[in-house]
Amino acid sequence: MKNILKSTIAILSVLIAFTSCNNTSNSKSGALAGNVAEKVYVAPGEHDEFYAFISGGFSGQLSVYGLPSGRLFKVIPVFSQDAEKAYGYNEETKPMLNTSHGFVPWDDSHHPDISQTNGEIDGRWIFINGNNTPRIAKIDLSTFETTEIIEIPNSAGNHSSSFVTENSEYVVAGTRFSVPIPQRDMPIKDYKGNFKGSLSFISIDPEHGHMDIKFQLIMPGFDYDLSHPGRGKSHGWFFFTTYNTEEASTLMEVNASQNDKDFIAAVNWKKIEEYVNNGGGTKMPAKYAHNVYDEATHSATSTMKKEVLTVNPLDVPGAVYFLPTPKSPHGCDVDPTGEYIVGNGKLSANLTVHSFTKMLDAIENKKFAGDAYGIPILSFEDVLAGSVEQPGLGPLHTEFDGKGNAYTTFFISSEVVKWKLGTWEVVDRQPCYYSVGHLMIPGGNSQKPFGKYVVAMNKITKDRYLPTGPEVTQSAQLYDISGEKMELLLDFPTIGEPHYAAGCPADLIKPRSKKLFKLEDNKHPYAALSEADTKVVRDGKTVHVYMTTIRSHFAPDNIEGIKVGDKVYFHITNLEQDYDVPHGVSMIGANTSELLIMPGQTETFLWEPKQVGVWPFYCTDFCSALHQEMQGYVRVSPANSNTPLKWSLGEDIE
Amino acid sequence: MKTLKQFFICACCIFAFAACKNETKEASTTSTASDTKTAEKSGQAFITDDEGTPNCLQIAIGSPDHKTLVAAVQAAEVENALVNVGPLTVFAPTDAAFAALPEGTVENLVKPENKATLANILKYHVTPGNLSTTILSKLPKLGQANNQYVQVEVVDGKPVIGGANIIATVKAGNGIVHVIDKVLLPPSE
Repeated sequence: MKNILKSTIAILSVLIAFTSCNNTSNSKSGALAGNVAEKVYVAPGEHDEFYAFISGGFSGQLSVYGLPSGRLFKVIPVFSQDAEKAYGYNEETKPMLNTSHGFVPWDDSHHPDISQTNGEIDGRWIFINGNNTPRIAKIDLSTFETTEIIEIPNSAGNHSSSFVTENSEYVVAGTRFSVPIPQRDMPIKDYKGNFKGSLSFISIDPEHGHMDIKFQLIMPGFDYDLSHPGRGKSHGWFFFTTYNTEEASTLMEVNASQNDKDFIAAVNWKKIEEYVNNGGGTKMPAKYAHNVYDEATHSATSTMKKEVLTVNPLDVPGAVYFLPTPKSPHGCDVDPTGEYIVGNGKLSANLTVHSFTKMLDAIENKKFAGDAYGIPILSFEDVLAGSVEQPGLGPLHTEFDGKGNAYTTFFISSEVVKWKLGTWEVVDRQPCYYSVGHLMIPGGNSQKPFGKYVVAMNKITKDRYLPTGPEVTQSAQLYDISGEKMELLLDFPTIGEPHYAAGCPADLIKPRSKKLFKLEDNKHPYAALSEADTKVVRDGKTVHVYMTTIRSHFAPDNIEGIKVGDKVYFHITNLEQDYDVPHGVSMIGANTSELLIMPGQTETFLWEPKQVGVWPFYCTDFCSALHQEMQGYVRVSPANSNTPLKWSLGEDIE
Repeated sequence: MKTLKQFFICACCIFAFAACKNETKEASTTSTASDTKTAEKSGQAFITDDEGTPNCLQIAIGSPDHKTLVAAVQAAEVENALVNVGPLTVFAPTDAAFAALPEGTVENLVKPENKATLANILKYHVTPGNLSTTILSKLPKLGQANNQYVQVEVVDGKPVIGGANIIATVKAGNGIVHVIDKVLLPPSE
């Protein structure tokens, strides 16, 4: 009896607990939680509404996410070697990482920006800057592969980059560090007045996207921090924030913060373009690499360029002005109409907004407040549109929703603040977890933002996820901005440290995404387009293996006559013509990564056998039901042996 | 013994019920009140971390001479401004410095309706940057977090900040705390 009673009570208690809690969670999910979950839920098999290309920061890469789910789809290797995809390891892509300093296998990727047509995102290419060894990369959004990298001479800390003008006329790269131009051996203390800052305008070929440095504007020796193009009415201008107008070279955290105001440099690039088209500018010796990947040969070539066209701003009157902007402005953002230029003084508590119309008026009526190295400084009061008073601490970056609102990140007070253009009133604020840097609204750097979500990219993660030792992932946060108040929807981890991102509706890119490379278009010099074309060719100590893959074998899969000390190039063509059937390959002891070869593609790795024996190779990508059977052997004989060169598939060699 | 067990089960049952009930109540009042509540009590100030060097806020909380300052920071809800990665230089007036203010000043400032004024005063005690006394002696003025400047004089080789003497200096995980003997009052604009 007692037992029955006990169990009844127990059951009852469980039941009550269950039902009562169930009620609770129901009511809670109805009001809050469930609603938020629904907003980021993309059902299995469904696609996200937006692509988000989030810079990989010090990983040197670019990551591809879906919004609103926050799911990671791909990490596109750009400036760093990637063993997973053989980028920078295979012979075809090694030239992509060539620079005037030689092979540089890493960089610090920063600000991605998507190409535009008529002021709107067109989804053809995305550009991103390497900050450390100054470079700009172009990624083709039909293949999601890096197809071009150009080095920027006379630059150091390529930070105010890589922002695209509204018809993709130029991708622009500004130097963060001023340096001696040309580089020379000189005392660091002589920085002031002697170091210069270069702003590079890189033309984009409208059809293929090929990049070429059209001109470099050689500016005073400030730090050029960030930039954005004018648009609409201000199309033809480009705006750059500067700090360290003190021109200090040491203890910058104090010495670069002495001036009440630094500048936003306004550059009329159309005027300078006209000047150089008419023969203006000075050709200067330089050395910089231009690396181009050709989709037909599946190979990159690196060309060392010898000259760059420089322009002294004083030679083009009316082309460059300085807009005084308080306290080391960081972000430099232009609203969708092109009227407002927002300067976020990172040591200021206020946001400064300049008016393009007032700027033109101040120029016309010569409302100057002096000059810096001969460049006119416009009077602050005469260009100021307004300021947002004390919206937070440590403003960094601003994006726009296309509905008259701006969203600014505040690093120190760790929040995103929504405010109204024109009235400068704060509408809403939401905390960030923690210490937010950049933020992104899809289409944010264009005339037509898609103001549904904002992604905040945080610098500090601390306790947001399960701990993983001292190093924890970087963290992004997704907010719904479709209403008056912002709503935090989701935290998701990112790679490296994301410095800015670019996003657009998925439909812009999805239909053009390539599924495979056509075999008949393969112009790789060492391609074997069928098994009949496979062979092994010796040229002294160099051996070229023309190999193919198809489910589930290599051709040839038995090779003899390789000797210790040979340089063996395996050129492997994937004969598959089926979506998502790459093959991989790896050779025991090869001092390189695997290859990951897409259908119709040819890739090459180098193997230098050092030991006699019979050495296997195998497919590294689980390609088929008989993947484990996809393997082969190479017989390595002593250097002085007479083993004849033979290759075969499906027969015994001897 | 058996009674005890039964009692325990019953208690559990009541507990579970009560706990859930409380939760229901909270959830139903969410939209306005709890939104602001999460904003107040979340952020870097509320992460438990006993391994790192104490940050500026933790130093103030741990100090016996800064009870007024800590109370003011909490009243103004500017905790998160003192615990971020910074680097920050915080000028921390002692309890004696607050006590030297005209009578009723502090009591008045901590009132909810004066939250903005109090926050402004507190931000006037924070400089972005990690500034040692040596560096401070080289700077004519400091740009404070409330967007105003405070003058620096050098008296007997020591920096005097807006008339306040530095009586101690503590290195913080996210910057540096200088203990000062006077409350800095922002100049009226």
